[in-house]
Amino acid sequence: MTFCFLSAATAQKAIVVKFDALQKILETKSDQIQVINFWATWCAPCVKELPLLEKLNAQKDLNTKITLINLDYADKLDKVNEFMARKNIQSVVLLLDDIDYNSWIDKVDKSWGGAIPATLIINPRTGKRKFVEKELKEGELENLIAELK
Amino acid sequence: MAVLTSGSPLRYEIGDAVADFKLKNVDGKMVALSDYTAAKGAIIIFDCNTCPYSRAYNDRIISLNKKYSEKGFPVIAINPNDPQMSPGDSYEENVSRAKEKKYDFPYLMDESQVVARSFGATNTPHVFVLQKNGSDFKVAYIGTIDNNSRDASSASKKYVEDAVDALIAGQPVSTKTTKAIGCGIKWKNS
Repeated sequence: MTFCFLSAATAQKAIVVKFDALQKILETKSDQIQVINFWATWCAPCVKELPLLEKLNAQKDLNTKITLINLDYADKLDKVNEFMARKNIQSVVLLLDDIDYNSWIDKVDKSWGGAIPATLIINPRTGKRKFVEKELKEGELENLIAELK
Repeated sequence: MAVLTSGSPLRYEIGDAVADFKLKNVDGKMVALSDYTAAKGAIIIFDCNTCPYSRAYNDRIISLNKKYSEKGFPVIAINPNDPQMSPGDSYEENVSRAKEKKYDFPYLMDESQVVARSFGATNTPHVFVLQKNGSDFKVAYIGTIDNNSRDASSASKKYVEDAVDALIAGQPVSTKTTKAIGCGIKWKNS
């Protein structure tokens, strides 16, 4: 038992999905505020802002659900999992294996040009949403969530 | 300069005539859009040396120029990234990329980023197919090269080729805009 308490929580492993899995999150009726972040291991500003999302994920009292949508190619799954283990990522990570990007980008947000990092925050109860197509600054997520409450 | 960057930027839309630009090429000479007096149009590609998508599309960009420059639609590649933010996108790196890949088209440095801003480019690679109309170059297609960045042979929709083929045939372009996941342009710190 002691071992369990001393060991850090194991990192998540990425789950490979198609767009319909993301669509479900976009349309969820959950009471939780949904924070959906689009990132890739090769994207330096994405990697830089991950700790801000991880910090939010650790605050269970916020009633906020973080989903990290990874956009590395599906044949890089091992690389993504190694990265997540190294950074000890605790948030849910979905590797979106849907290469026909043009078919789904507008369904996430019409204003999205396709650059990452990008973050979508949805309050499912009110349907209100915020979309940010740039690197998040410290405290910005919290402010955006507060604006949606 | 701050005026240019704040709020929602003015950007070219389909049908807009683009302003002439003049930028430094990898051979040290200046290249202007208005130099292309005999062209029927141009394939403007905002591209860089560092983005994995740019690397994935590199050979396809070279092929586009081979296929279409003699048909009047040459490729003009422009690197809009700020070398301060992205050291791999300096002028010297552009020169060595062009040499290594034997570019037979200009690879221009958009040092002030004014050209990328005016086009409304957001990613690399980001394509704008232009059609010449009198002395104007008008935007006929904006978006991505095809629908499979990972594997050229698996691409089922070749948006840029379809657009240029249509223009050459005097037909309307069927898909005028597309989007793709890409590396955001590395803007100067504003």
